[in-house]
Amino acid sequence: MFFSRPKALKDKGLLSMNARNVKYIGTYNPRHLFPNVDNKLKTKKLAEKHQIAVPKLLGVIKHQFEVKKIDTILKPLDAFVIKPASGSTGKGILVITGKQASEFFGVDGHSIQLPDIKKHVSNILSGLYSLGGKPDTAMIEALVHFDPVFDQYSYQGVPDIRVIVFQGYPVMAMLRLSTKASKGKANLHQGAVGVGICIATGKSIKAVQFNKHIKKHPDTKIAFDKLAIPHWQNLLRLAASCYELTQLGYIGIDIVLDKQEGPQILELNARPGLAIQIANGKGLAPRLEYIEKETASRSVNERVTFSQQMFSN
Amino acid sequence: MLKDKVILYFLAFMLTCIGIGVTVYKIHSLHFPLFPNERVPVWTIGATINFEATGEPVSVILNLPTNNTDLAILDYSESSDGYGFNTFMREGREYAKWTKREATGRQTLYFSMNVLENHDASGPIDYHDSFQPDPSSVVLNNEEQQVAERLIKKSYNQSSDNHSFAVELIKLTNAKESSAQLNQLLQKNTTRLDMARLVYNLLLASKIPARLSMGLEIHTEKRSQYPIYFVEIYQNHQWIILNPVTAEEGLPKGTILWRRGGDSLIDVIGGRNSQITFSAVKSPLSAKQVAFRSSQLNEVTDTLMDFSIYALPAESQKAFKTILLVPIGALIIVILRILVGIRTSGTFMPILIALAFMQTTLIPGLLMFLAIVSVGLLIRFLLTSLNLLLVARISAVVIVVIFLMAIFSILSVKLGLNSVMTITFFPMIILAWTIERMSILWEEEGGKEVLIQGGGSLLMASIAYLFMINPLMRHLSFNFPELLLVVLALLLLIGQYSGYRLTELHRFSPLIKH
Repeated sequence: MFFSRPKALKDKGLLSMNARNVKYIGTYNPRHLFPNVDNKLKTKKLAEKHQIAVPKLLGVIKHQFEVKKIDTILKPLDAFVIKPASGSTGKGILVITGKQASEFFGVDGHSIQLPDIKKHVSNILSGLYSLGGKPDTAMIEALVHFDPVFDQYSYQGVPDIRVIVFQGYPVMAMLRLSTKASKGKANLHQGAVGVGICIATGKSIKAVQFNKHIKKHPDTKIAFDKLAIPHWQNLLRLAASCYELTQLGYIGIDIVLDKQEGPQILELNARPGLAIQIANGKGLAPRLEYIEKETASRSVNERVTFSQQMFSN
Repeated sequence: MLKDKVILYFLAFMLTCIGIGVTVYKIHSLHFPLFPNERVPVWTIGATINFEATGEPVSVILNLPTNNTDLAILDYSESSDGYGFNTFMREGREYAKWTKREATGRQTLYFSMNVLENHDASGPIDYHDSFQPDPSSVVLNNEEQQVAERLIKKSYNQSSDNHSFAVELIKLTNAKESSAQLNQLLQKNTTRLDMARLVYNLLLASKIPARLSMGLEIHTEKRSQYPIYFVEIYQNHQWIILNPVTAEEGLPKGTILWRRGGDSLIDVIGGRNSQITFSAVKSPLSAKQVAFRSSQLNEVTDTLMDFSIYALPAESQKAFKTILLVPIGALIIVILRILVGIRTSGTFMPILIALAFMQTTLIPGLLMFLAIVSVGLLIRFLLTSLNLLLVARISAVVIVVIFLMAIFSILSVKLGLNSVMTITFFPMIILAWTIERMSILWEEEGGKEVLIQGGGSLLMASIAYLFMINPLMRHLSFNFPELLLVVLALLLLIGQYSGYRLTELHRFSPLIKH
């Protein structure tokens, strides 16, 4: 079937892009709070204030003349990530995993020279990756040392967990795993695998790649049925607490697992995509409508418990 | 939430009502054509004046019709050989005047006007005009005086007021069984003009305010029209038009009154044997032109027009013709993005491309766009290695785009392909940004996404172009700009559509299979 009937999608509770924009983003995300998530530097500072776990900020470059001084910031660092403070959809993120003399190494071990890094930073500052080409700020932050738990499920890249949090309640989650097809990126439309995660247990529900149901990772050939996210409880609490942090009603939270630090917030998104529904094989709409009816004010822990009870698979 | 929706629906409803209401008013009352190239029949009435000039300074004054019949006079023109021409008003009447210092021999002056039939944009016949009745200036001999007095007396006895008196008088003078005396009075009086003059004179003799009027019957097309005459009497502060032969009241349909009382129809100084002949020819004229001209006849509609786009200089009007099409393009884009879900590079870039297509036409436009963007992308990839800052790089791409435009233009002229010259209509900054965006998209998301978004943009631009080039759309958007309110209402309604997009029906379809 190339097209489904709208009625069938509605019965399945699938949230449409227009409904997301009008009913949720338009209603629950006040415009003036967007900088809290769109500007990652601001998010990071807010997170540090609220004592929410984020990768450590190692340096900030705001002006072109500071680009020359990047050597001094990078000198003590072996592995780090450079990202634009206002980048969108993961654009402009440079990951350095190692260093040897003056040579740096990228994700797949390819060599990156210091001038390349400087060019990248200068591109970030001139606004190449920001919305509307506005001048931007470059952030240098600690590289997350990924928990090896996902190693067998991922081809290079950063496996991250996306949790949709509506009014402080985690409503849906998915694990994004990079593949050869996605060139190590965790973007679903580029070919990354999305694994739906049960809110109650942290266990996998189903996995999709290119909108198709799959049982095994296309590159590592490991089946997903045993997959379970460690620190699930902590992770949900971390996600739910982002509501207090941002005040935004409808957000997508990208979380990574660090070997030592546990779950850490990588990024917040005020316009989270809808692919999570495909990965879960479930629509968001009924859960969102259910939460909309909730009037009781609850603490972070209470909300997590509530969600786990209500949204078990 | 619900209240907001009610307000929105109400607003959309009001906007639609205003938009459609004004449109209906313009079609119905101002006679704006709903469709382009609509034509309405217009009568061209010509008056040809012939006379023998005596070699002295010539001055010809023609009494012009006033705009007080059920036919609207749209405009007039004149032609004459070497005469000065002007029009002037005197005592509420309009006159045309030709003048020449010296003329000899046969002279011909031509005056014509366009008249619209049965057009309610003009006022009805003015029966209350303040023209004074003509003063009595009848000279009758004794014998005639007696006959006249008898006729008047008889009519007087058989009538109750001025109107019925005039009707009786007309009946008596036209009666077949008239007495010998009457026949004598009517000696040479056999034509309608003669009858009219006689009745008129008799009315004046009996101190009843009256005037002699002349009109033309134009419901049939005739190369030469004969004037018909009426007698008008004044009663109860209004004029009553009477047929001097049948005593029928009122003006027959399709008759235009040329002259109502007053001086003679033409007054020629410096010439003799003057003659005036009339003609009426039907000719179709653009309905819009007619509507535009006839609205000038009415004070209210004239003011409306004065504050419309038509009041702008031709150059600005031309600009507005294009500007008013932009909302159509925007509506198409909103529909394609919100209801269909086509992805594009840059939200409104397709409109700007569509506007450029209007100059280049579609296929050459698409080819030129693809040519510039692909060559631009190639050069942009070369620029990547130079480590330029964003603004500088885009400026560099702009210059590259300009060079490409110049090269394409020069090559096309050498090859004799003139259509490529229109390449300059592409907005180069937009092209440069498109190239920049596409190249970043290529680096980050791969060529497939570039094809999807680029293809989506061009598809949208083409669809928007097809709508914007449509003659009906162009006609409606320029002549009925109030329809933009309806477009606005549609945008408001689509803006809160929260259903599925067409592409989502496909995207989510794997979830339905199980």
